Amino acid sequence: MIEAVHNSMGIPILSLVTFLPLSGAVILFFIRNNRLVRWIALLVTVADFFVSIPILLNFDRTTYHMQFVEHYEWIPSWNITYFMGIDGISVLFVFLTALLGWICVLASWKAIEQKVKEFMMALLVMQTAMIGVFCALDFFLFYLFWEAMLIPMYLIIGVWGGKNRIYAAFKFFLYTLAGSIFMLVGILVLYFAGGETFDIISLMNQKFPSVLQIWVFLAFFIAFAIKVPMFPFHTWLPDAHVEAPTAGSIILAGVLLKMGTYGMLRFPMSMFPEGAAYFTTPVIILSIIGIIYGGFLALAQTDIKKLIAYSSISHMGFVTLGLFVYNTQGIEGGILQMLNHGITTGALFLCIGVIYERTHTRELAAYGGLAKAVPVYTTFLAIFVLSSLAIPGTNSFIGEFLIITGAFGYSTLFAGLSIIGAMLGAVYLLGMYKKVALGEVTHHHIKEAWDIDAREIVAMAALTVFVFWIGLNSMPFLDMMHVSVRHLLEQLNSVNGPIVAIKG
Amino acid sequence: METIESIRPLLALSISFIAAFLILAFNKKPNLRDATSFVAAIIKFSIVASMAPLILSGNTIEYTLFHTLPGVDFKFRVDALGMIFATIASFLWIFASVYSVGYMRSSKEHAQTRFFASFSVSIFAAVGGAFAANLFTLIVFYEVLSLVTYPLVYHKETPESWEGSKKYVVYLVGTSKTFLLAAVALTYYIVGNLEFSSKGMLANASASPVLLTIVYVCFMIGFSKAAIMPFHAWLPAAMVAPTPVSALLHAVAVVKMGVFSVLRVIFYVFGTDLMSRLNLGITTAYVVSFTIIMASVYALTQDNLKRRLAYSTVSQLSYVILGAVLLTPSSMVGGIVHIANHAFSKITLFFCAGSIYCAAHKTEVSQLSGIGRKLPWTMTAFFIASLSMIGVPPAAGFISKWYLAMGAIEAREIPILIVLLASTLLNAAYFLPITYKAFFEKPDDTHSGGGHHEEIREIPMVAVPLVLTAIISIIIGIYPDYFLSLAKEIIR
Repeated sequence: MIEAVHNSMGIPILSLVTFLPLSGAVILFFIRNNRLVRWIALLVTVADFFVSIPILLNFDRTTYHMQFVEHYEWIPSWNITYFMGIDGISVLFVFLTALLGWICVLASWKAIEQKVKEFMMALLVMQTAMIGVFCALDFFLFYLFWEAMLIPMYLIIGVWGGKNRIYAAFKFFLYTLAGSIFMLVGILVLYFAGGETFDIISLMNQKFPSVLQIWVFLAFFIAFAIKVPMFPFHTWLPDAHVEAPTAGSIILAGVLLKMGTYGMLRFPMSMFPEGAAYFTTPVIILSIIGIIYGGFLALAQTDIKKLIAYSSISHMGFVTLGLFVYNTQGIEGGILQMLNHGITTGALFLCIGVIYERTHTRELAAYGGLAKAVPVYTTFLAIFVLSSLAIPGTNSFIGEFLIITGAFGYSTLFAGLSIIGAMLGAVYLLGMYKKVALGEVTHHHIKEAWDIDAREIVAMAALTVFVFWIGLNSMPFLDMMHVSVRHLLEQLNSVNGPIVAIKG
Repeated sequence: METIESIRPLLALSISFIAAFLILAFNKKPNLRDATSFVAAIIKFSIVASMAPLILSGNTIEYTLFHTLPGVDFKFRVDALGMIFATIASFLWIFASVYSVGYMRSSKEHAQTRFFASFSVSIFAAVGGAFAANLFTLIVFYEVLSLVTYPLVYHKETPESWEGSKKYVVYLVGTSKTFLLAAVALTYYIVGNLEFSSKGMLANASASPVLLTIVYVCFMIGFSKAAIMPFHAWLPAAMVAPTPVSALLHAVAVVKMGVFSVLRVIFYVFGTDLMSRLNLGITTAYVVSFTIIMASVYALTQDNLKRRLAYSTVSQLSYVILGAVLLTPSSMVGGIVHIANHAFSKITLFFCAGSIYCAAHKTEVSQLSGIGRKLPWTMTAFFIASLSMIGVPPAAGFISKWYLAMGAIEAREIPILIVLLASTLLNAAYFLPITYKAFFEKPDDTHSGGGHHEEIREIPMVAVPLVLTAIISIIIGIYPDYFLSLAKEIIR
C-alpha cells in the first residue's frame, strides 16, 4: 500500500517549485525591456533550481510512500483535489527539469532576438507544466498540466522555429493530442471503475479486473509511447527537434520525452500489472526495433541536429527495454538512463545551438576542424559525445550497463540484440565527431567562429559535472529510487510471479 | 599479508593527469612544457616504486574513491600483477619523455602540445588500469586509453594517418562497445558484483558452462588491445603514429593494457581452476599459438621497419597469454615476466626505428644498408634488443622463453614447445638480417640520389634513452629477481 506521508518541510515546497516559474511569467508580462526580461527569466529559473535542491536533500530514501505531500479540496462535487507529492521515481525528474530550466534560458540568451518576452514567458509556463506533471497525484490535475505543456511547446516550435516550423509544430501538436485522447479515455474509465475518484494513490492501491487492465493499459501505453517516442510512433520527433529553437530541443529531448517513460512507470505499470505482463514481449520487441532502427536512421543523417534527434529514438528504446524487463537493474537503469539522456542529449542540443549561432549551418559537410578553431567548445562537445555513446566513466554507461544487465536477466537474445544499438551509437557519434571536430579548417565560416563565452561555459560545465558525477558515483542517485523500484517490482511480481531471479 | 588503505595509488596515477593540464597551460613555452613531462614521469615512477616493497612482501594497497553501483566501486588496488604493469609503464615513461622531446623537435612535428598532453593522459590511463580493483574501474581506464591515444595516432593528419587511426578506433572501440560490454554485463548479472577475486569471480557461479564459455570468448574479443588474431589489424595500422607513440604506447602501455586485462580475466575473473575445468586454457593456447606463428610470418614479409616491429609485437603479446593459459606454475611466471621483458626490448627497437628516421629519414628495412657505421649506438642497441626478442642469454627475453618452454613441458604439450622453437627461428629470421644489413652491407647510394649527402649523425636526446633501455634489457636478464618475485607472488 502506497500512502501519502506528511510534508516534513513545513512549507509547500512542491507548489513552490512548480509555480515559481509561472509567477515569473506573470511578472514578465509587465516588462518591456528585453535585457531585463532575460535577466528576470534567468533569475526565476535559477531560483527554481535552488528550490529543487532542498527537495533532493530532504528526500527520505527509506520509504516508497509519497513525500512532500500537499492535499487540498478543489472541486468536491467531482472528487477532484489538488494533490501533489513525489516518490523515488519522480524526484529526480523534478530536479532535472529545474536544472535544464536555467540552461534553456542561457541557451536562448542571444539566439532569440524576436519577441523575447513572449519566448521567455512560454519557457516559464512550460517549466511549471512540466514540473507539475511530475508532482501531480490527482488525475485531473495531472491531465491539466499535461495539456498545459502542449500550447507553449507548440508556440516555441511554431513561432521561433526554423524554416519548416509550422509543419513541425502542427505535427507535434496532432501526435501529442492524439495520444492525450487515448489517455483521457483511460482516465475516465478509471474514474468510473475505481469508485469515482481521480486520486492516483487510491487508484494505485486498487486491483482492477484483468480485461479492464489490458484495455486501459493499452490506452495509456499508446498515449505515452507517442511521447517517448517508441517505434512506430516516432515520426513527429525529428521534425519537431530540427525545427525547434535550441531551448525547445533541450526541453523536448531533456524533459518531454521522459514524460512518456515516466508516465508508463507511474500509471500503466504501477496500476495494471496484469496488463503490463500481457504486453511485455511486444513492448520489448518494439524497444529493440527502436534501438536498432533509430541507430541506423541516425547513421544516415547529414544534418547534425537530425542525427542527435534520431539517436534519441535509439536511446529511449534502451529506457523502455529496461523498464519492461522487470528486474531491479533494468528498471533502475531505465530511470537513471532517463535522467542521463536528459542531461547528455540536452547538452548535445545546446552544443549544436551554440555552434549554429556562429556558422548558421547544421550540415555535417560544412564542418571540419572545430578542434583547431574553437578548442574549448570542442572539448565540451567531445565529453558529451562520449557520454552519449556511453563510454565507461560517463553517466550513460551506468544506465546502459544496468539496462543490458537487466536484459540479460530477461533474455540473452534481446540483450544481445540491444548491444547492436550500443555499437551503432559508437559509429554514428564518433563519425559525427570526426567530421565536425577533426582535420583542417577548410570552411570560411568556421575560421571566423569564436570560442564559447562565460555564459555558455557555465551552462556546459554544469552539465559536465553531472556526466562524470553520475558516471563514477551513481549510488546517491540510485539510492533515491531504490526503495520505490523495489516496491514497484513487488507489485509487478506478485501478480506475475517472479519473472527472473533478482540479484545484487 | 595485509591490505593497506592508502591514497598513494591515486596520487601515482593522477600525477600524469595533472601534468596534462600543465602541458596545455605551457603551450607557448616549449621548454617548460617538455620539462613538465619529464618531472612528472620521475615523480610518478617514484610513487609507484615506493609501493613496491610493500607489494613484494605480500601486501596489497587499496583506495576506494566512489561507490558506483551495488557491488561496484570506483576503486584502486595495487597487487603484484598491477605492480608489474605500473612499474614498466611509469619507468619507461621517463625515457620516452626525453626521447619524445628529441624526436619531436628534430623532426619539427606540429601540434606538439596536443601530443605531449595526450601522451601524459595515456600514461595516466595505463597506470589507472594497472591499479584497477574491479572490472568497472579497469574498463573505464581501458576506454580512456583507447580514446586518448586516438589523437596520437592521427597526429600527422595525412590521409594515410586518418585511414590508420580510423581502423584503430573501429577495432578498439568497436570490440569493447560490443563484446566487452556484453562480457562485463553478463559477469555482473551472474555474480552480482565486479570485484576481482584471487580465486576467480566466476569460480563458484551457478551459470552453465556454455554461458561461461560465451562470457570468456566475449572477454577475449572485447579486450582486443591484446591483439589476438584476427583482432590484431589495428596494431599495424597504428604505426602511422609518430615513433615515440609506437614505442611507449603501442609496444608498452596500450598493448600491455590488453594482455594485462586478459590476464586479469584469466586469473581473477575465471581463476585457474575454472579455466581448466572448462578446458578453456588449452583451447586458448592453440589459438594464440596460431597468432604467434602467423604474426611472425607476416613480420618476415614487411619491408617497413615499424610494421615489422608491430607484427613482432602481435606475436610476442601472444607469448604472454600463452604462458598464462598453459596454467602451469612455470608457464605462468614466464608469461607474466614477459610483459616486462618484452616491454624493455621492444621499446628499444622502436626507439631505434625512430632514431633512424630522425637521423637518416629512412623507414624501410631495404634502405638500411651500411647505416650501422653512421649510427653505431642505435644499431648496437637494436642488435641487443633483437637478441632479447629472439631469447638469447643473457638478454631479458631468454628468461621468459626459458620459463615458457619449461611450462610447455610441464603441461606435456609438445606441439606448444615446437611452436616456441619455431617462433624463435622466425624471430631470428626477421630481426638478424636488419643488423647484418646495417653493419656488413655497403651503403646503397642510388636511393638518396646524386648530390644529396646530408650528414647522418646520432641525435643525443634520441640516442641516450635507447642505449639506456638496451642496457636495462640486459640487466633484467642478468638480475631478473624483481619481476620474477612479483610474478611468483601472483601465482602463489
